[in-house]
Amino acid sequence: MSATTLIASEQHQDKPSTPLTKSLIVLLPFLFLLLAASMLPDWAVQVPKNWTVPFVDWANVLVEHLRDDTVFGLFSFRDLTRGAAELITWPLAIVEGLLVAGFPAIGLPAMPWLMIMGLAGLLGWHLRDWRLALLSAGCVAYMAIFGKWELSMITLSVVLVAAPIAGLIGFGIGILAVKRPWFESLVVPLLNVLQSLPHFSYLIPIAVFIGVGHKAGAIATVIFAIPPMARLTILGLKGVAEEVREAGKMAGCTRFQTLWMVEIPSARQSLLVGVNQVIMQCLAMVVIASFVGARGLGHDLLFRLQALKIGQALENGVAIVLMAITLDQLSRAAAYKQPSHVAPDASWLQRFPFLAAAALVVLGSLLLTAITPYAQNWPSQFTLSTAPFWDALVRWVTVTLYGPLQVLRNAMLLYVLIPIRDLFQGIPWTAIAALVAAAGWALGGLRLALTVLGFVLFIAFAGYWERSLITAYMVTVAVLICVIIGLPIGIWASRSERRTGIAKLLCDTFQTFPSFIYLIPVIMLFKVGDVAAISAIIIYALIPIVRYTIFGLRNVPAEIVEAGITSGCTRRQLLWNIRMPLAFPEIMLGINQTIMFALFMVIIAAFIGTKDIGQEIFRALTFNDAGKGLVLGLCVAFMGLTADQLITAWATSRKRRLGLA
Amino acid sequence: MKIFTNAASVAAIMAFAAGPVFAQDSTDVIKIPIHNWSSQIVGAHIVGKLLEKGGAKVEYVSSDSQVVYTAMCEGDVSLENEVWEGAFGVAFEKVVKEGCVIDAATHDAKTREEWWYPSYVGEMCPGLPAWEALNACADKFSTAETAPKGRFLGGPVDWLKHDAERVEALGMNFEVVNAGSAAALWAELASAVERKEPIVLFNWTPNFVEALYEGKFVEFPAYDPKCKDDPSWGTNKELTYDCGNPKDGYLKIAAWKEFPNKWPKAYAILQKVNFSNMDVAVQAKLVDIDNMEPEQAADKWLADNQGRWQGWLTGTN
Repeated sequence: MSATTLIASEQHQDKPSTPLTKSLIVLLPFLFLLLAASMLPDWAVQVPKNWTVPFVDWANVLVEHLRDDTVFGLFSFRDLTRGAAELITWPLAIVEGLLVAGFPAIGLPAMPWLMIMGLAGLLGWHLRDWRLALLSAGCVAYMAIFGKWELSMITLSVVLVAAPIAGLIGFGIGILAVKRPWFESLVVPLLNVLQSLPHFSYLIPIAVFIGVGHKAGAIATVIFAIPPMARLTILGLKGVAEEVREAGKMAGCTRFQTLWMVEIPSARQSLLVGVNQVIMQCLAMVVIASFVGARGLGHDLLFRLQALKIGQALENGVAIVLMAITLDQLSRAAAYKQPSHVAPDASWLQRFPFLAAAALVVLGSLLLTAITPYAQNWPSQFTLSTAPFWDALVRWVTVTLYGPLQVLRNAMLLYVLIPIRDLFQGIPWTAIAALVAAAGWALGGLRLALTVLGFVLFIAFAGYWERSLITAYMVTVAVLICVIIGLPIGIWASRSERRTGIAKLLCDTFQTFPSFIYLIPVIMLFKVGDVAAISAIIIYALIPIVRYTIFGLRNVPAEIVEAGITSGCTRRQLLWNIRMPLAFPEIMLGINQTIMFALFMVIIAAFIGTKDIGQEIFRALTFNDAGKGLVLGLCVAFMGLTADQLITAWATSRKRRLGLA
Repeated sequence: MKIFTNAASVAAIMAFAAGPVFAQDSTDVIKIPIHNWSSQIVGAHIVGKLLEKGGAKVEYVSSDSQVVYTAMCEGDVSLENEVWEGAFGVAFEKVVKEGCVIDAATHDAKTREEWWYPSYVGEMCPGLPAWEALNACADKFSTAETAPKGRFLGGPVDWLKHDAERVEALGMNFEVVNAGSAAALWAELASAVERKEPIVLFNWTPNFVEALYEGKFVEFPAYDPKCKDDPSWGTNKELTYDCGNPKDGYLKIAAWKEFPNKWPKAYAILQKVNFSNMDVAVQAKLVDIDNMEPEQAADKWLADNQGRWQGWLTGTN
């Protein structure tokens, strides 16, 4: 809903070409209902209690049916999912055995840390250059030296197992969707919902259908990582040029050959970006997967936070970020690396120089291990810790910055947040439904109008309208502040290559930093309440707006900028009259992502203490109410999808008009 | 997973009748959950090590402390060594009623959950820990959003502590702000103590916080079961909850309903396991203050309390 207000106002300022009447038609019913709120009958202001549709009960009936009733004659759906989940224990045990646990049954120890470091370095070198080699070897060394070895290798083994599985499933879904239109029309909306459903609403169904424990954590990770791969597969295969496909046909390819030897290789880049997204998603899940039993860095991080050991928790967070950056760089390098060809008469060593080097590393490290046990495990007495530094930093910040920040906090609360909250709670639900439907109609016609209206009506009749409004209020405020802060940062960072690099690195770091860590310092500075929650949301949701602003501004066609320069534009004019308008559709997509990020974080902010939907989701967790958790999750997902549908429709038509699409 | 031969069940029933001597435990692994606070993790390892000494195979699964009751119901987790009345009573009693989880044993440890303040606050409000004294200096605890009322930081709403009802029934000059998690409570406490700012918040014992910060519970009118149902009880004749929380909440051990049938010997040991307040506090302290790893802490506790757990193993308590 937040997005619609945004769009509505954007239309005023930035679309002089649109007749003013159109935006008036969008706003009029809303304004009318808002101003007439006091005269409206009660049912039009508050959603009447007895209008609630028992979605929750239906969802619970469904869950119970799947759990207890045999649907395939012999076993229940639950037995099926549990059986399938059991399969993942094998690869998990093997990878974990290799990396950290060893194979006690056959007396084989795990790989020594020196070997893993050497191999990681070689992989980096092979994929790009010595700098990547240094990064990956350094990352492995960090885990060993800072005493995160066991935890990080367990986490790494989950990622190494979950990512390929998720990648393959997503890939299969993507291919099927491209080849079978009916499947696409079925699966794309489902992917949309899955991607915007808060992770916590999955947890109880996962506990029921898969169980808890390390394998359930791995399965949860797989489930969360499938959508991006499926999406990018669809995107990639659809992007294959018709000429290429024709060439394949002319060469006499069968349908399978066309797919396997023509389309997939041409879509390689996009597929590998998908793989990269899968890996990042897996790492983003490290902490949340520990709620259903994944071991490793995530579980340890929560445990330290609970015991108020912020320094140690931060150290775990840094380890996760480092792992994410390294895996990200490695998979990117793999995506950009073109297949190379060696002369057919080359020797074995020339053909496989890196394989030979790897064999050397393995042998060397085994030799070293035979000499000194330090090569197998980093000695614990030489373990370093940065925790005291972080603890001191957090303490210093809470003591020195607290005073000035209190003034800010109180002002925010009294003059911004509370009035806006009251305003939101005073808006009749019919007004919001009317606004969203009208915006949908104006931007994308009847179909879009009905879709977004359906979303709003679901939220209204699910029985949690007031809580949804609080969520909407927090997200709106956070997104507005993000735009106010993020746009200038993005503009500043887009000015030079170097600044862009810095901003990107910061964005990557903050995005992979487990969001739970932000919660504690934010509470220490702002106390439990809305200011703390909104600050936590801002820190996280700022990332996409900065990213997309930079991307949009830097991707403005150079000819157009040149044209501006030759016609004598000042720098200011270049920015505001040429680059900004052209980058604006991209920036709107950034705002769209910001809303998605904010909706993700608003649920996590329930750990701080809020009165919104997130809090109800946790309550559903307490009472093992899978149905309620799912329905509440759908409410959040539909909020996000409403904004998403509207903004995407707007950005697409705008891009087309600017000749960018 | 749930397939039992008749013979095994008969053996299990016999075992119940004749004591653990004739019992044959299943060779399946006993799954013990690990949550995110220290005493529970140490306790879980102690229980696990004891069961191992009794011949069982155990495995530790990390899981959320709320989700664990669903998991125990499904048999994915075999037991829970710390069921707090206050925090998990609702979830626990629900699965017991459904019949898939059993109440295996009760620790000697008594849990108390109540409003609490760090000791420097005691000097600011003369007359503490009496609740009247707290109420008299409510303005010291006020913040921008609660002014002129004082701010009480309560636990998560789903812990169902009825703080707001109590504030109303006792006519207190306070407003309840609910934190979303235990970690949120501690973060705010740590920050307040750093600056010696007045704070009153929800806390419980046994708890590692006792070891980090000195402080006291606020004394409310003593709890009586009638207080929560009967408005005429207590000082406020119209409203319920005009009293404090019970001072002796339970700390229980729960088990999956098939546990006694599957692992009768292990179950006999599990029923004997019994921690006192001191045990729980020490287990937490070993990790939180002495910076031991939970497993080391379990070994240390076992080494220090050999006499007691040997009795649990042999059944001669």
